[in-house]
Order: sequence, then C-alpha cells, then structure tokens
Amino acid sequence: MGPLVPFIISEELSLVIAFFLGIGFGFALEQAGFSSTKKLVGLFYGYDFTVLRVFFTAGITAMAGVLLLGHYGLLDLGVIYINPTFLNSALVGGAIMGAGFIIGGFCPGTSVCALAIGKLDALAFLFGAALGIFAFTESFPLIEDFYRAGNMGQIRISDYFGMSNIAFGFILAIIAVGAFVATWYIENKVNNRKPVIASQQKNKYIGAVAALFVVLAVVAIFPGEKEIINNRIAEAKRQQTCVFKEMSADKLSSEIVNKYYALNVIDVRSPEEFEAYHLPLAVNIPFDQMMERQYEPIFKQRLKTNVFYAGSDTLVRMACLKARYIGKSENFILKESPGEFRQMFFEAEPPPPDASKSQLELYTFRNINAEKMNDLVDALKNIGAPVKREKVTIQGGC
Amino acid sequence: MVQGEFKNAKPYMNPYLAGFLLGMVLLATIYITGRGLGASGAVKSVVVASVESAAPNYAENEVFYQNYNEQNPQGPWKDFLVFEVIGVLVGAFFSGVIGKRVGLKLEKGPRVTNYTRVGAAILGGALFGFGSQLGRGCTSGSALSGMAVLSLGGILTMLAIFGAAYALAYFFRKLWLN
Repeated sequence: MGPLVPFIISEELSLVIAFFLGIGFGFALEQAGFSSTKKLVGLFYGYDFTVLRVFFTAGITAMAGVLLLGHYGLLDLGVIYINPTFLNSALVGGAIMGAGFIIGGFCPGTSVCALAIGKLDALAFLFGAALGIFAFTESFPLIEDFYRAGNMGQIRISDYFGMSNIAFGFILAIIAVGAFVATWYIENKVNNRKPVIASQQKNKYIGAVAALFVVLAVVAIFPGEKEIINNRIAEAKRQQTCVFKEMSADKLSSEIVNKYYALNVIDVRSPEEFEAYHLPLAVNIPFDQMMERQYEPIFKQRLKTNVFYAGSDTLVRMACLKARYIGKSENFILKESPGEFRQMFFEAEPPPPDASKSQLELYTFRNINAEKMNDLVDALKNIGAPVKREKVTIQGGC
Repeated sequence: MVQGEFKNAKPYMNPYLAGFLLGMVLLATIYITGRGLGASGAVKSVVVASVESAAPNYAENEVFYQNYNEQNPQGPWKDFLVFEVIGVLVGAFFSGVIGKRVGLKLEKGPRVTNYTRVGAAILGGALFGFGSQLGRGCTSGSALSGMAVLSLGGILTMLAIFGAAYALAYFFRKLWLN
C-alpha cells in the first residue's frame, strides 16, 4: 500500500528513486517542447497551447490515478502530502511567478530542462531564480507575517466546496477537455489554419477521453476497499457465524499480570470513553481509526495477542472482524465490558461472612491481580508504556 | 554559438501523450514517495547551502535558515528535490539527444538583443524564484502536484500564475513577438 516512503522504502533510498523519477520528469518535459521559450510563451499569445495541453493532461492523469489508487486502498490518501493553503501568499506568490514567467520565458522546472540541452538563456534564468530565492530568504523577517497569513491548512479544493473528491475530479476533467477543444479552435484561428483533424487521430483522442471518464466512473460508482470491508463487517450474519475467540476478564487479568509483554489490550471506544476509564495497560484505537496506517503494525504482527474490548458486544465484534481484514494477528475479544471489569477487580465488594470457599478464593484472586495490575501500570508508566503511535505525515512542496 | 533552429531536430512528442507520460511520472512519484514533483526547492537548497558555507555565523542567526534547518535536519544537499532535479538534467539531455536538439544556444524573440534576453531571463528568474518561495512551490511543486492531489492552494497558485502571465502578456509582447 502506498506511499512506499517512509513505510517500505527508507528516506535514504528515496533520494536514489528521486533521481530516476527526475529522469522521467525531465524526459517528458523536454519531449513536450518545454525546453523552448517559444513553445512556453506561445500559450500567452495564443499561437501555441502545448503548455496547457501537456500541463492539464498530466494533472488530470495523475489526479485520476491518485483517486483510483486511493479508492482501492492502494494509496493512503490520508497520508500523502497535500500542499497547504495560505491564501494570501498563494495568490500573491502566484502572481509574481506569472510575471516572472512572461518576462523570463521559463519556469524553474522547464529552465532546468532547457539548460540540459544547452540553452544559455535558461542558465541566466536559473541564476536569476537563485537571486530571487536569496532575496526571499534575506527579506524573510519582513515578510514572515504575510507569508504565514491566511493559513487554511492542508485543505483540498473539494473539501473547500464541500463536495467529494471524485465530484471535483469530474469537474476538473470536464474543464480540461473543454479547454483542449476550445484552445484547438483558438490556435487554428491565430495561426490561420483550418480546423481539420484526421479521423484516425480524432478516434484516438475520443478513446483517451473515454478512458479517463471510465476511470473516474469506476471510482464514483463501485464501492472502494474501505466500503467493502465496512459493509462486510456491518453484516449481522457475519458477526453471528464468525467464531470469535473470547477471553474472560479473569483470564485477561492473569494474562496482564503474567505476560503483559505478549499482549496488546486494545480499547476501540472513543478517546473520551477511554480517558474516563480504561483497562490497565490498554491502548486506545478508536474503531473508526483502525484502518489508519500508523496502527497497521499492531494488526499485522504475530508476536503479541490482541485483546479487543468495547462497551458493546457488537462494536467489539466488528472491531475484531476489522482487525482480521487488516492483518493476521491473533485476536481475542473480552467477554466483559470495561465497566464490568472495573467492578470485578477494582470495586469488588468483600464477600459476605457466610461466603463459600470458592467465592472467597475468587475474591482474593481478583484482589491480588488488581494490586499487581496497579503495580504494573505504575512500573510501566514511563518505560514500558505502549508507544502512542503518531500519525505519519509527509513533507513536500518546493 | 549556434543561432536559429536546429535543422535536423525531430518534432516534439504529441502534447497529450507527453502530458500522459508526465502524469504517470507524477503518479509514480506520489505513489512511491507520498509527495509530488518540484523544481524551485532544489534551487533553494543551492542557495541555502551557499549562504551557509559562505557566511556560517550569519546563517545561524537568521530566522529563515534556522527554520530551514529545523525542517531539513539532514542539510540542504540531502534533499529529495536536489536529486530529482539532477535526474531532470539527465532525462532532458537524453530527450534532447534523441530529438537532436542539443547545442549551445541563446533563444530569444526576433526583436530583442542578446543583452535584453539575458537581462529579462535573470529578472524573470528572480521574480519566479521569489514568488515560488512565497507561494510555497513553483509550477511543478505547487500548481501541477497540487492539482494531482486537489490541493486548494496548489490550484489557486496555478490560476494566479497563468492569470498574471496572461494579464501581463500584452506589455511584454516586444520580448517575444515580431
């Protein structure tokens, strides 16, 4: 499941991969003609719309791919880098870049391409870019407030408009295809060409557009990986027919006391409920967050036993089922609710004077285990406490 | 110095095909690394490294360099974009060789002198460099990669870049047109 860095591929190796991805990037840009200012500025004078075609096609292709991979759980969209939105600096910075584009004829990526094939004006442009960045770093204290103003965080345009990603994907795709057709007419008009196109070429283009919309439609119509899993888990039949390994509270307390290191006690309730009371040494993985990437190792490891508990029978069973879809760990569910556990061990009533021997034994057993569990919690507070897993975020941008 | 067009240069790739190729490279980048492509960040690395080696004491006390080092504990050279841009040089050169477009050349509009072209390129580069830092990425890092992940900021930056360039195109037409 992507992204492969930093989960599967190390940061160090990613630098080598960056080199190879860069080769692809440079090759595609140069093949498209982006190493020539004539092609690039043609966009702004209407005689050559290559830039728009390449740029939009690339953006739409990657977007459709990201949506498709995300839909089938191959790429974790919650982890990938979304360029953060700082409203003021995005607009002003963009406008300054636009001025640089029309005056200099390049943008940074294309100037690197042009330099690679010996364009001397590209060298001048890159030298200028270094100067501009130096000017920015030097004046940073003066513009820092502006630079940080209007922070909206890592927000998607679809979130901003309150629509789904795929809905905006469709809109963007329609805009792109519309722009391709419109600019083709404009370009022909500016260059005094007749708008004719070979039928074979036309069929190819129609096929490509159809393929794009098929991909988007697949994402929009068919249920995704998470949906499939959630639907299966929610099926009552599965919850009844599936055999769950159950563990009683007494057994669990002994396991905690004797083998806490071979155990993950997992609370799938909400953080608030967890905060209010939780079992000794329990970790909180709310049910809705179980599929997040940072918890995956817990469900995929085979060294420790996972014991799930929740306030309700259904929830704990659903959690256990979900864990089975994620990994192959040994999973148990606690028979008792956390409230019952607390009462049995930490708020136990002393047995009446006429209690039977077994009742007395049980009481002592639970008392001793409760004490030991408290000792363990104290002892492990700092060293052995289960590490709270942080959400992994990826840095990016320029 | 070669002037004018290369005689044997092969035609460029179909723009949609090139765009598809570029999109697949971008998709691969996002799938493998979780982040998009970029270019201006590599120039920033060069700038930061230059300042830090030329005036280390000065850099230590400046807010910008402190922030930068906090975010890039491995130093400016061990950066994804630096390696990527080295790859861009190689890939573009390779493509240029295939297309027979390699050779020293100063490309300019028909009505400008070499000095004007170089001056405009430096000025344009400076503006682009400055703007890319303010906008947190250039055409590749912010606009293109941002569009792929539907980032609001990336798409706004893209609109601002192309909007401003269109708005100003008329005033700079003598740089490019007959």
